[in-house]
Amino acid sequence: MINIAQCYAFLHAEPGPGFDWCFMFWTVLPALIKAIPVTFFLLITSGVIGNLLAIPVALARVSRNPIFWMPAYAFILLMRGTPLLVQIYLIYYGLGQVFGEMTLFGKPLMRAVPLLREAIYYAIFALTLNTAGYTGEILRGAILAVPHGEIEAGKAFGMSRWLILRRVTLPRAIRICLPTMSTEAILLLKATALASTITVYEVLGMAQFIRQQSFRTYETLIGAGIVYIVLVFILTRILNWLERYLNKDRERPVSIPLAQVAKP
Amino acid sequence: MNPQPSLWSLMAYGDTGYGDEFLRGILFTLQISICGYAVAFVLGLLGAGAKLHGSKALYRLGDLYTTLVRAIPELLLILIVYYMGSSVLNSILIGIGVSERGIDVSPFAAAVASLGFIYGAYLTDILRGAIQAIPKGQIEAARAYGMHAPMRFRRVIFPQMIRYAIPGMGNQWLNITKDSALVSAIGAFELLFAAKSAASQTKEYIFFYSIGALCFLTITVVSMLVLQQIERRASRGVRRA
Repeated sequence: MINIAQCYAFLHAEPGPGFDWCFMFWTVLPALIKAIPVTFFLLITSGVIGNLLAIPVALARVSRNPIFWMPAYAFILLMRGTPLLVQIYLIYYGLGQVFGEMTLFGKPLMRAVPLLREAIYYAIFALTLNTAGYTGEILRGAILAVPHGEIEAGKAFGMSRWLILRRVTLPRAIRICLPTMSTEAILLLKATALASTITVYEVLGMAQFIRQQSFRTYETLIGAGIVYIVLVFILTRILNWLERYLNKDRERPVSIPLAQVAKP
Repeated sequence: MNPQPSLWSLMAYGDTGYGDEFLRGILFTLQISICGYAVAFVLGLLGAGAKLHGSKALYRLGDLYTTLVRAIPELLLILIVYYMGSSVLNSILIGIGVSERGIDVSPFAAAVASLGFIYGAYLTDILRGAIQAIPKGQIEAARAYGMHAPMRFRRVIFPQMIRYAIPGMGNQWLNITKDSALVSAIGAFELLFAAKSAASQTKEYIFFYSIGALCFLTITVVSMLVLQQIERRASRGVRRA
């Protein structure tokens, strides 16, 4: 029988040699599972806002007007050309430096708006911009891959440019890049681990905290690895289902013979 | 002395500025990226070989490797390879009696090992796809000529595999230079570490992190230009429609 109290005592005990399964299953994993909502919060907020931001970025990028495509190009290059960790540091410490000098109604800004002291919002901001850059470039390729005939058909119907964009180009482009976007979602889940470097206690941050408290390296890091593998597995399943759901009408009904359909 | 020195004077080369630290950081980043990429290429070849060998056990092993690396965040993998790799290595060294209390793994070796381990998995799948893209008839033809396996690999498979793999391998090179920033977490003195220490000593966070970002951007842009040339050179003599 596994003695739970004994297992909890390991947290404060001297680290012994060998791998302590008991410690990993009864102390590390429950703490990491409690940190999963933080990881999901990072993933969902930055994923949703970032993907929405990617639409104007991609539209600006495919524009022929240099006022639009040049900033979009620079933004995408900056987001894809520098490490995410540098972006996170630049936003967290850089904005911290700016906000630290500002005041609001005579009070220091950081004290007036407690939200600005939370590292997690800086992490979300950085992850959002990064996602917007990466997805913007993917969406650009997809917009260019929309068959010309469909856009021309929209024009022939007398649709305005915005209507074509809303009803033809964007829905089609998003479908084209769905597989790539689900890969990006997995990458974003992995990228949320970087928030641990600016004291956000998501799964890896929590693992690092336990590691520093308990001096047990293997159990905490392997535990975090297990949690991430499970999360990626679940997310892959959800995304596959979503992809099938969004492409429902494209699945060919197998029951009807083709010859019957082709009959006039 | 000037009471309010301009920010750029902080980038002076030598004791008064951080120019030399940044230069050393850039060199270290390039070194670990190149060495890590070399390790990754060897691991990728082994992984692709294991996946294509035909034996089920080897395929499972290769598949486990790529799946694990794809599912676990890079930062966590670097920490795992750093902490566990060094102790496993030490227990082996002590076990076989080479060393009495083990060796200290340098941040450089740890960075190269962890980056190589991560990117080995990505290169495994790229190289596997590239080998599979080679027309089967060519390999059969080589066999019919009586070429033995190493010669087949050297003369038929490898040159064509490289050509198919170059776009993917180029992307992974760009990624490895960026992910090399993560090894600052294990105390390797690379570019981000230089920026971080300079920023925290002077409190000029925006300035130094921007310089760091700019250095990474330069590495990326130069790499992209070089990769374009390599791609053009590799596809010379290929008929285009």
